[in-house]
Amino acid sequence: MDRQAVIRDAKHSAEAQQSSATSQYAIVTQDLNVWYGDFQALYDVTLNIKKDIITSLIGPSGCGKSTFLRSINRINERLSYVRIDGSITVYDHNIYGDHVELAQVRKQIGMVFQRPNPLPISIRDNVLFGLSIHSESRKKLPRNEVDDIVEQALQQVLLWHTVKDRLGRKATELSLEEQQKLCIARLLPIKPTILLMDEPCSALDAKGTEAVEELLWGLRGRYTIVIVTHNMAQARRASDECIFMLMGKVIEHTPTAEMFVTPAHKETADYIEGRYG
Amino acid sequence: MTGTVRSLAAATPSARKQLDQLDRAWYIDKIVQFIVFASGISAIIFIVGIFIFVTKEGFGFILGAFDFAEFFGSPRWKPTSEYNPTYGILALIAGTASVTGLAMLIAIPFSIGAAIYVAEFATGKTREALKVLVELLAAIPSVVWGFIALSLMNPLIIELFDVPVGLNILNAGIILALMAAPIMTSIAEDALKAVPDRYREAAEALGATRWQVISKVVLPAAKNGLLGAVLLGVGRGFGETMAVLMATGHSINLPDSIFDSVRALTATIASELGETVVGSDHYQALFTIGIFLFLITFVINLCADLVVRGIGKV
Repeated sequence: MDRQAVIRDAKHSAEAQQSSATSQYAIVTQDLNVWYGDFQALYDVTLNIKKDIITSLIGPSGCGKSTFLRSINRINERLSYVRIDGSITVYDHNIYGDHVELAQVRKQIGMVFQRPNPLPISIRDNVLFGLSIHSESRKKLPRNEVDDIVEQALQQVLLWHTVKDRLGRKATELSLEEQQKLCIARLLPIKPTILLMDEPCSALDAKGTEAVEELLWGLRGRYTIVIVTHNMAQARRASDECIFMLMGKVIEHTPTAEMFVTPAHKETADYIEGRYG
Repeated sequence: MTGTVRSLAAATPSARKQLDQLDRAWYIDKIVQFIVFASGISAIIFIVGIFIFVTKEGFGFILGAFDFAEFFGSPRWKPTSEYNPTYGILALIAGTASVTGLAMLIAIPFSIGAAIYVAEFATGKTREALKVLVELLAAIPSVVWGFIALSLMNPLIIELFDVPVGLNILNAGIILALMAAPIMTSIAEDALKAVPDRYREAAEALGATRWQVISKVVLPAAKNGLLGAVLLGVGRGFGETMAVLMATGHSINLPDSIFDSVRALTATIASELGETVVGSDHYQALFTIGIFLFLITFVINLCADLVVRGIGKV
């Protein structure tokens, strides 16, 4: 390798480092405004959500946290009367750009809903559903490869041992906790980079909540996780950074430990202490 | 309890009056209960009554001149022959089956498609308008469909396909398809609407396109209801009389193309029963056809019902 090449390489890696420094964020929103009909749900939300950590969104009911989450994978658009203004950039791609394919956005950004919603097909088919709709080629994967994919996904959500003998059973027969884990598992085979969770534990009991939280920590580092929660203790336990929203606006976005110990705003402090919400 | 009531009744006249009113309400309640029960159970009584009547009228024939092999195996329906009347309904079964079959071939894709459009794609006013129109279509009397078959479809088929007669399987099949499609559409749409929206949302959140959501999630989840819709359409096809009588050409024939005229089981009963001597073999043979039809539609409807009920188990 000659000297020039070395210099060029060094330059390259410096550039690479710099660009990775600017894009340490997975999700960047700029002046995001969302309306449902005449009702404005979000006001100028500008947020930078870091890669590979767990960020929680807290705030009283109707503060817009779910709306924000649902804007990130554009599932909001299922409602015909939603209007969105501003920009959302996910891994340096403007997901509201003209040439964006919705299917690809949602493939990259998985979502877990408040109420577990496994499809009324077998456990195995639920895990493979994402693959079946995104596989480019018509040819089928070999059976053992498919089995591996199913096992890996279920292993990751700590469900494999409980369901491995009944993969052919209907997913809707599982307990709520198992259903929710399955809903997370079925996102994994299509290799998303971001997981959005809209109060994933609100339908679960304490034990189920604990199990799902444990699972979230297990997934941390491999995926960027954004979790909406009503449960302050959960936000505190299970997230690195925390965003507090109120009336459609972002009040505070700080590391979780900081927010719960020294909140910068009075509203945040009041909410955390349970004075409203 | 009674003790309290008695002591209350004894206490004041006004309390006593109050208790009488309660009694009246109790009687009204019982009477209404009985009326509702009677109307509920009347359906069963009527159906059993009809079955007994039809069976009784046809029974003499089944015990006497009835020959199983001839009845179901012979295409010769000649009940009015002076020397040798024959009662073979094979041609009539073929007529009914071919017309119903063709009608279903046309109606199933159309009605399922229409149901998918109304349930999954159409919104707001379009949706409402379509639903009303579909119901209107279902309300057109069958004799009107017969008119359309005779005066509109008949010349059209003759001209388009260059055949001598336009009253044939094709004509009746199309008419029957148009008659069965609205009810099938309406039931299929209900089945699609019964699929919870969270399934669609789940699939869409995984990146499924509209068509993938429908083909991989909604249709499989609604399959029981859809099958029920199809079976009800088949039942309608078997039972339809007037339009089929007018559109098929009403000639006894084992068909070998869709341009052949045929005759349906129902149409045979309708056209011949009025001209037979009550209690004669011919009369009783017609009733035997009635029993046969009754059993077929009963089984089809029962299947449809069981299948539709299956929805709840999904």
